[in-house]
Amino acid sequence: MIRFEGVTKRYADTSGTDRGDGSVAVDDLTLEAPTGKITVLVGPSGCGKTTTLRMVNRMITPTSGTISIDGRDTASLDVAELRRGIGYVIQHAGLFPHRTVLDNVTTVPRLLGTDKRTARSRAMELIERVGLDPAMARRYPAQLSGGQQQRVGVARALAADPPVMLMDEPFSAVDPVVREQLQNEFLRLQSDLGKTILFVTHDIDEAVKLGDQVAVLRVGGVLAQLDSPAKLLADPVDDFVAGFVGRDRGYRALSFAAAPELSLTDEPTVALGASADDVRAIGTPWVLCVGDAGEPLGWVRAAAVESEVTRTVLHRGGTVASTTGSLRALLDAALSSPSGRGVVADDDGRLVGTVRAAEVIAAIEARRDAVASSTPAEEATAR
Amino acid sequence: MTWALDHIGDIMSRAGQHAWLAGLPLVLGLVIALPLGWLAARRPRMRAVLLTTTGLLYTIPSLALFILLPPLLGTKILDPVNVIVAMTVYTVALLTRTVADGLLSVDGSTQQAAIAMGYGSFARFRAVDLPLAVPVIAAGLRVAAVSNVSIVSVASLIGISQLGYFLTDGYARSFPTEVWVGIVACLLLALVFDLVIQVVSRVLTPWTRTVAA
Repeated sequence: MIRFEGVTKRYADTSGTDRGDGSVAVDDLTLEAPTGKITVLVGPSGCGKTTTLRMVNRMITPTSGTISIDGRDTASLDVAELRRGIGYVIQHAGLFPHRTVLDNVTTVPRLLGTDKRTARSRAMELIERVGLDPAMARRYPAQLSGGQQQRVGVARALAADPPVMLMDEPFSAVDPVVREQLQNEFLRLQSDLGKTILFVTHDIDEAVKLGDQVAVLRVGGVLAQLDSPAKLLADPVDDFVAGFVGRDRGYRALSFAAAPELSLTDEPTVALGASADDVRAIGTPWVLCVGDAGEPLGWVRAAAVESEVTRTVLHRGGTVASTTGSLRALLDAALSSPSGRGVVADDDGRLVGTVRAAEVIAAIEARRDAVASSTPAEEATAR
Repeated sequence: MTWALDHIGDIMSRAGQHAWLAGLPLVLGLVIALPLGWLAARRPRMRAVLLTTTGLLYTIPSLALFILLPPLLGTKILDPVNVIVAMTVYTVALLTRTVADGLLSVDGSTQQAAIAMGYGSFARFRAVDLPLAVPVIAAGLRVAAVSNVSIVSVASLIGISQLGYFLTDGYARSFPTEVWVGIVACLLLALVFDLVIQVVSRVLTPWTRTVAA
């Protein structure tokens, strides 16, 4: 657990003018990042989120207040020892350009005195674990893409198996597709490793996606709200937080609601290679095509099939929701489907049935009514 | 050409002395410039003072330095040590700025990562900043090497044996061939220095020759 107690960082007034006590980057921050959880610090530029992060490994010294890790005041520890016990990942990865990927990853274990062979074999494991080809181990950072460099950055931070990780906008400098991959893999990795993570981002969507709890900071380093992502979207404490969490939050909040058990409609299907007559025999303008294992492949417009169903005539715009997914995915499947019938599959990807947007909305309304009439304790379990 | 071949023994021995007088100061100068450049890179105020001072050293005329040093060092005027010391001063003058520039050229996020991983300041200098500054420092060394080879030849005016002898002697005897031999020999020596520095720099920086992904 990382605990901030009344932490303030005030920078000396270096402008030379007599404006008093200088600028405040972080103002009387009290916060707890629980063990094994991801705590995200989010806020606009100048809200002191990076300053807050860097005070943990003492790259910045607080003006007042204490920061403790598992009950030990960080100010009382040897600074090099403190830092070697904390994984640190930054925006542009900050890899050492003159060292191979393998030698980058072994940095902290080597500083801690682990012998070269042990450090290297552990590094190879980590390189694979973060989704890199082991052949990359001998390359230099300049030979990797931005996303690959960032994976090496994560592997390097994990190399000495630190209980605590600090991550400063680690996925901000890569393109959106790679960012989403990295985020998903990061969440998977974290579910195995259970590190205590303090994660800084300016992107509220990233905060809501990754955080077990999210701290919204306002300019001047004041904590505006600390809550679970679902609570943050559903119930912002003031206009600043409401404005910061942004539009579509009603829709986005559905991400945190598990899909209810709806009675799904059986969907008649065709296989690849089905004749035009087979397709038209079903009698609906759009027909769902499934693969050999029963996995939905895409919708076919009956009128567009000339001789038989081929992959090229498949409409791929519709998303597929999972029975164990979120209400958001369920609603999105219905909204994105050209037929208006959202495709639902089980965990193995096999088609279970379809659902209409109106049915999902009805489920959302029913859920809202249930929450409104429940006691606070029940409300907590409903989340 | 025949003159050069007839005197090849003499040319080679003077070239050897020239290489010693220009080369040893390069090494000594680098050793002194490293800590100075490190200080200059770390402390902005020290930087202003150090770079101005060392820059000024370079403006002292070499002949003046060759003559001024013996009383300061307690050496005889013909002692090659005077030349070694003078050339070291010039090398330090050129390299302090280069070393500081090289260290300051290291990417901010790389330095930040090194600090966050728990490198102490000396360990960081040795393991991260210095290796990354090698290309810049090597470029400065190449300039210093050429400059040293050229300045050392002036020492023939105070009678120190090296390739400059052919210039003064050829001039005194109105014998252009000998002057040309001196010039060409200096040039070749400078090229050899340049080549050695480039090779060493390449060996130390395998990462700079990788193809970007």
